[in-house]
Amino acid sequence: MRNKVVLRRLIRNRNTRYGLVGVAVLLLLAYVGPLVAPYGWQEKDFTAFMEPPGPDHWWGTTQTGGDVFAGTLRGLQKSLVIGFLAALISTGLAALVGATAGYFGGWVDRVLMWGVDLLLVLPSFLIIAILSPRLQGGTWLLFVVLLALFGWMITSRVVRSMTLSLREREYVLAAKYMGVPGWKIILRHVLPNLSSLLIIDATLNVSGAIITETSLSFFGFGVQAPDVSLGTLIADGSGTSTVITYPWLFLFPAGVLVALVLSVNLIGDGLRDALDPGSNP
Amino acid sequence: MSILEVRDLTVTFPGGIQAVRGVDYAVSRGEVLGIVGESGSGKSVTSLAVMGLLPHNAKVSGSVKLHGRELLGMPESEQIKVRGKTISMIFQDPLSAFTPVYTIGDQIAEAVRVHQDVSKAQAAKQAVELLDLVGISNPDVRARSFPHEFSGGMRQRAMIAMAVANDPDLLICDEPTTALDVTIQAQVLEVLKTAQRETGAGIVMITHDLGVIAGMADRVLVMYAGKPVEQGPVDEVYYRPRMPYTMGLLASIPRIDGEEGPLVPIEGNPPSPAALPPGCPFAPRCPMRIDACHEEEPGLVTVGAGRQAACLRAHEIEHRGLTGADVYPVPVIPAAEVVRVPREQRPTVLELNDLVRHYPLMKGAVFKRRVGTVHAVDGISFDIAEGETLALVGESGCGKTTTLQQIMQLEAPQSGRIVVLGQDSAELGKAGRKALRRDLQIVFQDPMAALDPRMPVGDIVAEPLRAHGRKNVDAKVAELLTLVGLTPDSAERYPQQFSGGQRQRVGIARALALEPRLLVLDEPVSALDVSIQAGVINLLEELKNALGLSYLFVAHDLAVVRHLADRVAVMYLGRIAEIGTVREVYDHPAHPYTQALLSAIPLPDPETERNRKRILLEGDLPSPADPPSGCRFRTRCPKFARLGAAEQRRCVDEEPLVAQLANADDHGAACHYAEQIEVITASENQEEK
Amino acid sequence: MGKYLLRRLAINVILVAIAASLAYLLAASSLNPQVNFQGRNPPIPQATIDKTLDGYNMNPKTPLLERYTTWVGGVVRGDFGKTWEGDSVNEEMGRRIGVSLRLLLIGTVLGSGLGVLVGAFAAIRQYRPSDRMIGVGSFVIMAVPVFVMATILILAATRLNEATGSKLIEFVGEYSPGLTGWEQFTNRLVHLILPTISLCLGQIAFYSRIQRNMMLDVLGQDFVRTAMAKGLRRRTALFKHALRTALIPAATYFAFAFGTLLTGATFTEKIFSWHGMGAWLVDSIHQHDVNAVAAVSTFAAVCVLVAGFLSDLAVAALDPRVRVS
Repeated sequence: MRNKVVLRRLIRNRNTRYGLVGVAVLLLLAYVGPLVAPYGWQEKDFTAFMEPPGPDHWWGTTQTGGDVFAGTLRGLQKSLVIGFLAALISTGLAALVGATAGYFGGWVDRVLMWGVDLLLVLPSFLIIAILSPRLQGGTWLLFVVLLALFGWMITSRVVRSMTLSLREREYVLAAKYMGVPGWKIILRHVLPNLSSLLIIDATLNVSGAIITETSLSFFGFGVQAPDVSLGTLIADGSGTSTVITYPWLFLFPAGVLVALVLSVNLIGDGLRDALDPGSNP
Repeated sequence: MSILEVRDLTVTFPGGIQAVRGVDYAVSRGEVLGIVGESGSGKSVTSLAVMGLLPHNAKVSGSVKLHGRELLGMPESEQIKVRGKTISMIFQDPLSAFTPVYTIGDQIAEAVRVHQDVSKAQAAKQAVELLDLVGISNPDVRARSFPHEFSGGMRQRAMIAMAVANDPDLLICDEPTTALDVTIQAQVLEVLKTAQRETGAGIVMITHDLGVIAGMADRVLVMYAGKPVEQGPVDEVYYRPRMPYTMGLLASIPRIDGEEGPLVPIEGNPPSPAALPPGCPFAPRCPMRIDACHEEEPGLVTVGAGRQAACLRAHEIEHRGLTGADVYPVPVIPAAEVVRVPREQRPTVLELNDLVRHYPLMKGAVFKRRVGTVHAVDGISFDIAEGETLALVGESGCGKTTTLQQIMQLEAPQSGRIVVLGQDSAELGKAGRKALRRDLQIVFQDPMAALDPRMPVGDIVAEPLRAHGRKNVDAKVAELLTLVGLTPDSAERYPQQFSGGQRQRVGIARALALEPRLLVLDEPVSALDVSIQAGVINLLEELKNALGLSYLFVAHDLAVVRHLADRVAVMYLGRIAEIGTVREVYDHPAHPYTQALLSAIPLPDPETERNRKRILLEGDLPSPADPPSGCRFRTRCPKFARLGAAEQRRCVDEEPLVAQLANADDHGAACHYAEQIEVITASENQEEK
Repeated sequence: MGKYLLRRLAINVILVAIAASLAYLLAASSLNPQVNFQGRNPPIPQATIDKTLDGYNMNPKTPLLERYTTWVGGVVRGDFGKTWEGDSVNEEMGRRIGVSLRLLLIGTVLGSGLGVLVGAFAAIRQYRPSDRMIGVGSFVIMAVPVFVMATILILAATRLNEATGSKLIEFVGEYSPGLTGWEQFTNRLVHLILPTISLCLGQIAFYSRIQRNMMLDVLGQDFVRTAMAKGLRRRTALFKHALRTALIPAATYFAFAFGTLLTGATFTEKIFSWHGMGAWLVDSIHQHDVNAVAAVSTFAAVCVLVAGFLSDLAVAALDPRVRVS
């Protein structure tokens, strides 16, 4: 019943429709595109260096003869996977830690929130920047974990303060007074009632993680060569002289990145409107 | 000459929601018009439409004439000259009605300066005078306070001060005392009467409380589903209602001067404004409906001098002299088995012994620190025998909710003892506590908050069963839902799809799932409309008798308590002021606080209300962080004020304990000078005799 | 009050100490300053390298714990040691803080101020075309990462310069060398244009969304209705009562933004070649400059905590409900 209402409100929202279409198109591009692309992302065409977009190389080539189209798709794949995974992990972590701290209170709360404070103060950029280039050997999964590890603290504080008020809700008290154990109350009553917040947060975390990933990769601290991400591609194309002379190196990956972040944000905003009964559709 | 004339006012919200469907009324100078109706009847929307304060998406039609000038469709530049000047409005919740970041004085001064060409200093001075007028002590200091530093009653006084700042011709009061405790309500109503006397303004008094209207209004308008269904002079409508809804409403109200026993419920629920039934909107709930009622909605027709009713059978009602009791069936509730045994011989299900609960008082959200101790519960004792209902009553801040939480937590109290079904809570282990929870369950106040909105009703009722590993959960759930008067197929629906009364029934079903022996009821009907309340009260009474339950009933509404409870304990500032059987305490209250409390409750009886002698309390509840020495009530006690200095000494130095009164079986009061008097219907004349 | 502040200060000092130590240990154990000296022509003898690095307390051959102790000893005296080139980290930091301040102050004030106004305006005109335009605009801007935005701005400015055939907009560094007095000042302003726009746009978009939501929350509240019932115009009620109240939550963001201002603009500084604190973070990692990395990290941690304190103060200043009497 509620889900149907939410779905209806979601579909009725124009922004969300654009966002959903955008993400679908980009997903299709990332995973079907390489099948139809004339070149592979690691292939080098030694007859074409720094070639502008044309019938052979649709989005042009790099100075080593790499195909920008194939490269961008590969980068898009990486950014998508990293973004979604990191968002999922960080929102999950935020929900678990925040709800536990808020529900149980006392020393559990103090210890967890102290951890949150510490993580907030730690130089996350530095830690990721120093560690990730050393995590070579295809373990970009560890990079994802690092991204997630520094991305959940603020949300967990929000979850905690909402749990504090949910804890006083009568249906939670009722469950407590009928002898339901704390962890079960968290799973059954607290988290489901925070689902709006969590869904929205997870969505916005996707775009957040994508931006962080590309930013780090832009400085060479993220995804490492030979693998590529949108960040490394943009970095390659964005030297002042490069961008003026060979704009396609910058414009295509940057355009794809902006489209991706924009689509995800639109979905997040639509979800917020649909899940928040106070707002008009 | 009337100040305000409303003709055929309608308000429609997007989605075809007809909140108001044709309201007519007029108010003259010095007249008080009462508008009564339950939630969703359109009474508040009507007044916002008059003020021009509805959101933009509301469509308003009809006519609102102020001194003969049409207000609807007036440009904003003209409207702002009327608002706050000729018409003022007093809102329900005075905390949210004041801007939190400005001082009370500034906000009142602002109202002055909008309409009067005076200097800032002059306006500030006027603000102080206005605060003085509404009875706020130290007004010059208080004017510099922020809204959150005021108590609820003081905020409402300040609201009145702001409303009368520009000497309006008409005051619209939207549920002005609903958020307040009864003794404070009595004070605020008194202030309103003073304000009216001073300004000579007409008043539109909107409320759901028929008692408040009875004491204030000259004429009354009853609304149902966005339309007036009856209007006339207050005595006529109260004593000779001509419309079955009004009749039912008046019959269903629990009264402190009423008889014990079942109340008269109105079946069903008010219709949703988005889906009104054809014909008379009240027909589906009306015991007098005939086929013609479903065909066309009856309009208001004149049924006597200055009064109208919207009912096809109004004349018949008049002819036959019918009352609510005649047309509404009174349910018969079989008596319980247990109560045949004398109280002393029945087992005790709950015993509290000198229970104490103090909280640290923290101050400041940024620089949090402990500044004192809240004496929420400060040594209370009572017991409940099997099959008995004990009501714990008191105003907000008296500690009744804390007491209830202490009992429900089943943990060792800070001091004193809690014994549930013979088991001391301090000696319980984890398993013992869980086992005991089966016998001790709770029904909460707000039926919306008490049910998880994301679970279907079936799962909600099943939760306690599953938590204790019961089998045959589905069959049991169906049985429970039937028991509380719902259909078993309700199990698949979500709480939002039920009305308030039905949700409360779900809450009761959940509490009964484990077949408890003691049920704690936390204000179980205070969030419900009057017509729904009666049904739930009857259900609780019926269940108690049929299942042999005992109730601890926490409430602030003394009228409901009279109908449901056997014994009552009155709390004040964390202590019990008076305890005893309902009959003793209500008819012969001995503690000055109980006396004031009972006399503050307005009766839905205009005649009595006019002649009643009211004991008004001074000031607000003292802070539980700093209770007065000796007797906690002495700072507001009318009796204390009349005592000699030597007698007063005792009240200041010595804290009175609950002492049994000599001439009663079961009645004690914590007052050094306890003296039983009659207050509910005591009139001025009686006093003189 | 005093006790509370002391406790809070103590907790913060501990947090900073942990953060700084972790940063130092991580940097000292995984960065290798030797690479800055190796592979040069003519090659520098290993003994010289070791000697130089020893002088800077940066030689990886010294046990980590020993280097750490030396470093802590310095920090406690307020000395963050030497950069890999032998300069004082303290001096370098002072210089760079100045650079960052000059770059960021205008942008942050402008960005947050305009953001609030735009957001409040959008809220009042909810669902009208102007609100939708602002909404779409801020969405697009928020989807553009700073480094993309900056590059686009450079591209546009170059095209503009080409079209006008002059150096209308300059965007490399703080100012062009060789100018003095008034000329240098205007030249500095010209250099500020692009970085300021790139900083502002994102902030305006972000704050306008926040402020719009806060305003909408407040608009439906009873006190706005009361203000109108007094006879105030809708607009007056909105600005005097709604906006004032809705500023409280936004203030926490501002305070935070100002607190973290100095380390927040890594991309803008890097791309527009300003040698501020943000750029130093990236540069010092690239240069394996252990002491600089630790100093920047410590500084950032202090900033975060100060920002938290500032935002609490801001709320206390704006909201009488949390003020202590």
